[in-house]
Amino acid sequence: MKPKDLSVTVAGVRFPNPVIAASGTYGFGEDYAELYPPGVFGGISCKGLTLSERAGNPPPRIAETPGGILNSVGLQNPGVDVFIERHLPYMKKNCNVVIANISGETIGEYKKIAEKLDETGVDIIELNISCPNVKKGGAAWGVSAAGAGEVTKSVRAATGKPLMVKLTPNVTDIAEIARAAEAEGADCVSLINTVLGMRIDVKTRRPVLGNNAGGLSGGAVFPIAVRMVWQVARSVKIDVVGMGGISSAEDAVEMMLAGAKAVQIGTVMMGDPFAPLKIIGGIERYMEENGIDDLSGIVGKVKPW
Amino acid sequence: MYKCGVYPVTEKTEISAGIYSYVISCPDVAELAKPGQFAHIKVDGFTLRRPVSICDADKEKGSLRVVFEVRGKGTARLADINVGDKTDIIAPLGNGFTLPESMAPGRRVILAGGGIGVPPLLGVARVMKGNATAILGFKSRERIILAEDFRRAGAEVIICTDDGSAGVRGTVADVLRDESVKGGADGVFACGPEPMLKAVVGECKKSGLNAEVSLEQRMGCGVGACLVCVCRAVRGGEEFMLRVCKDGPVFNGREVMP
Repeated sequence: MKPKDLSVTVAGVRFPNPVIAASGTYGFGEDYAELYPPGVFGGISCKGLTLSERAGNPPPRIAETPGGILNSVGLQNPGVDVFIERHLPYMKKNCNVVIANISGETIGEYKKIAEKLDETGVDIIELNISCPNVKKGGAAWGVSAAGAGEVTKSVRAATGKPLMVKLTPNVTDIAEIARAAEAEGADCVSLINTVLGMRIDVKTRRPVLGNNAGGLSGGAVFPIAVRMVWQVARSVKIDVVGMGGISSAEDAVEMMLAGAKAVQIGTVMMGDPFAPLKIIGGIERYMEENGIDDLSGIVGKVKPW
Repeated sequence: MYKCGVYPVTEKTEISAGIYSYVISCPDVAELAKPGQFAHIKVDGFTLRRPVSICDADKEKGSLRVVFEVRGKGTARLADINVGDKTDIIAPLGNGFTLPESMAPGRRVILAGGGIGVPPLLGVARVMKGNATAILGFKSRERIILAEDFRRAGAEVIICTDDGSAGVRGTVADVLRDESVKGGADGVFACGPEPMLKAVVGECKKSGLNAEVSLEQRMGCGVGACLVCVCRAVRGGEEFMLRVCKDGPVFNGREVMP
């Protein structure tokens, strides 16, 4: 049998398959290379970059929860210049679509990072306006349509690269925020970032995370993500990338039926580093079993009651 | 270099109440393993793996020994694994202890282990043969583990207990304070609870001994990608967040406990 073509096009960029490593879960593509090449992914979104190096939050930064995890990393990263110099060459050589995930404390910082990346081989810039773990910036813009629009507009003016705006689920109406990003020039949106959460140790009465609260991810948030992708996909014309607790090929297909043109995965790899291979293989089997030749044909094809 | 695979458990022993020793047959992993590295073990029904230090690696038999304590639901589930069952591990991970390539006659290293921090030092004792003194500290006589294994590996063993029910009454750091114990030592390799490690590193600073400590932290991926298992370290006056899984779990004591 002829191998299936799993390629999809998001924001005008062709991905050989629809599975992308989510920012913060795959570093700069090097850490799992002993098991399989990072080129198995359709694309990789790198660890969130800031203008200068960031140390991140105090540990502990992770807590296991029913069906998921809470994390409070707080954007630890070497800064955009070190990324361009030391990590981007590896990613360009070994990965398919390279997505640079960026975060700023001010609009000026977002612009500066985007300007620096504009001159590089990065394929897409993912605008993180949804990190729950930093005091300044991060989700501050992502929680209002006005804020999301303002950052998107500024970065749009600073770069010609395709722009993916990553949305937070910790809002009342995520579709309104997606529309604001679209109106100001976003080429696509990705969602959901983590859901704000907290755990407390009943013996010590201390929060389990060193930063008190953190972001929930993993299977527990999957239904929330599917619902939000569905809402957003019906509200915008630009492409939607779905993420949040995807753990199997069936989950990935479900997300695409809800309206995602591609998907990002992350937490599942902590338990099973081979999850990307299984998910990509499973999507191909789903296509064979259901006589599908073009994956984009299933995008948004849920049949609501 | 690490592997991820599914391997059979060939031996299981409860060596003390709630502390389990497993031998896993995994020749490709055993071949690569160095003392101080760890295995990241999958737990059925849980999102996260559990990092467990490698106690010993037998390259001839192609087996790995891990010893862990049941601390919560995840490790309790791990302890349900029986001989003949398969276990899914990523290993060997992280950097082990920096072992001297050769020892001058009469020179030796000190192994300082507290409680469930004792197991990763056994591999060091095995490599050092007769050139190691192991100070092993426990709460009480009933909690002593692996003392015979260290003796069989050729190490001189000094037991200490908090309640004095076996060996010296006192802590590992108390024993280390004794000149007759640390005199002539080339360095200290330590693993145990944080207060113990701080006391051991403090004692080493006073006497100008190098100390390497193995740290524990709540962990995610285990391979360096997710940045959750960090510890603070000071290098050249600057503070860094280092990954316990990839930059460690063994660190220079002075850098992580300045």
